[in-house]
Amino acid sequence: MYLMMAHAFSQAPSPDSAGYKPKKLKLDEVNFVTSYYDQTADKSAVMGGDPGPKGIANVTDFASGLDLTFIGFDHKQRKNTLAMGLGIDYHTAASQAYVDSNGTAKDDGTRIYPTLSWTRENDQKGTSFGLGAYYSAEHGYYHSFGLNGSVSKKNKTNGEFSLKIVGFFDKINMIYPSEFYPVDSVKSAPVTDSIVYRTSASGHTTAYIYRNGQQVGETKSHKQETPTKPRNTFTASLSFSQIINQRMQGSVEMDLVYQTGYLGLPFHRVFYNTGKDTIENLPSQRFKIPIGFRLNYFLGDNIILRSYYRFYADSWGLVSNTFNLEVPVKITPFVSISPFYRLYMQSAARYFAPYKEHSEEEQYFTSNYALASFTSNLLGAGIRLAPPKGILMNGLSVLELRYSHYMQTTDLNANIISLNLTFR
Amino acid sequence: MKFKKYLTAILAAFGLISCAHVKAYQKSRINDSEMSLSNRHVEKNELNAESYREGSSGANGGKTGGGCGCN
Repeated sequence: MYLMMAHAFSQAPSPDSAGYKPKKLKLDEVNFVTSYYDQTADKSAVMGGDPGPKGIANVTDFASGLDLTFIGFDHKQRKNTLAMGLGIDYHTAASQAYVDSNGTAKDDGTRIYPTLSWTRENDQKGTSFGLGAYYSAEHGYYHSFGLNGSVSKKNKTNGEFSLKIVGFFDKINMIYPSEFYPVDSVKSAPVTDSIVYRTSASGHTTAYIYRNGQQVGETKSHKQETPTKPRNTFTASLSFSQIINQRMQGSVEMDLVYQTGYLGLPFHRVFYNTGKDTIENLPSQRFKIPIGFRLNYFLGDNIILRSYYRFYADSWGLVSNTFNLEVPVKITPFVSISPFYRLYMQSAARYFAPYKEHSEEEQYFTSNYALASFTSNLLGAGIRLAPPKGILMNGLSVLELRYSHYMQTTDLNANIISLNLTFR
Repeated sequence: MKFKKYLTAILAAFGLISCAHVKAYQKSRINDSEMSLSNRHVEKNELNAESYREGSSGANGGKTGGGCGCN
């Protein structure tokens, strides 16, 4: 593949004749990104793909992230980059309320995810090396720790090879739908009475005992640690980028992904064709191979074509194709408007079936519509302002605003609006 | 298999595009920030939403799996 892609003449390295002093790490760039996401959907995974009112899957998500980049140079003229980030998301999810069979569970949550990375680049050798760490947690549901390492090498023909190895080590809190929790000391009641179970996000279940429509008692399960199960994800990302001519450059990226452990979610129900419900059961291993291609072309003086294609296949039988085209149009050298369109087509994982279509003889089963067969369309536009003297406030170098509308053939529709501010 | 046909066509296209010798002073268009071969900062949360709502991920500089309470 490399022989086919790299036809060029070698370039002589430019000599370094200037005297040089090391430079300490200094804040170089601050990026702030904030987004609001609003989704309407049904057939939630929590309710086993139920197409009725209980399958509501409306979501709102307010996500913000701040990234700080520090740059310095050591005595060997190597560039050191230290990047620190902090992200925080607050979401509401209507389906989350149905972790309780009565729809009264907590339906919101907050996720926090800090990141830290360090990269050293040697311009003379055209090499770089980096390490990074990541942490993510949502109270009561999971926490995750990640590590990564990367290397890259530029060749003499404006090409660059990169390899990145990533490991994520997740712990999933095993919070089951309320009806699956055994509650101590609850005796069976006469037919006319009822017991209502309510489960908190910590997995603590209370049984409320009603007689003739009046609550007469309650019994709480013994407070115990919510068990966790591990999920580990290992990824090797290989990429190659190449400047093709003065107006065009492209890249190819391939990931080899291996996941092992508990790969379902404990609060995703599945309803068999008999009407009985259970919890989704998925294999404990998954191999994924996505391959992505990018080609960017500067057309004329004012238009850029940004194209992307990805093929994806995994060991669960899911196959997808993604096509993306964005066309930034420079209204002035510092202002551009970018309409874009993305088409995504997915075939179902072999373990997926809709609501009440699984049989009890199946070993693996899910009704999570993220693993169903569907097509989605994403379209929208963005505006980017980057005047050389900055915008309004001192130091605000770039402002980007982007809106997109997302539609799946599963009846999921969403809108997302994002703002990025870059300070230098 | 359709994937093999697509892959062969794309690799052949890359092979047929001969790479010209581009000097540093000729890279003004290549170095434009919107010619970058990576996702924009402003797309970050949009990419996360796509990975949560779809069964596939990766090969785009974003998540490939793990690190979240999702499948």
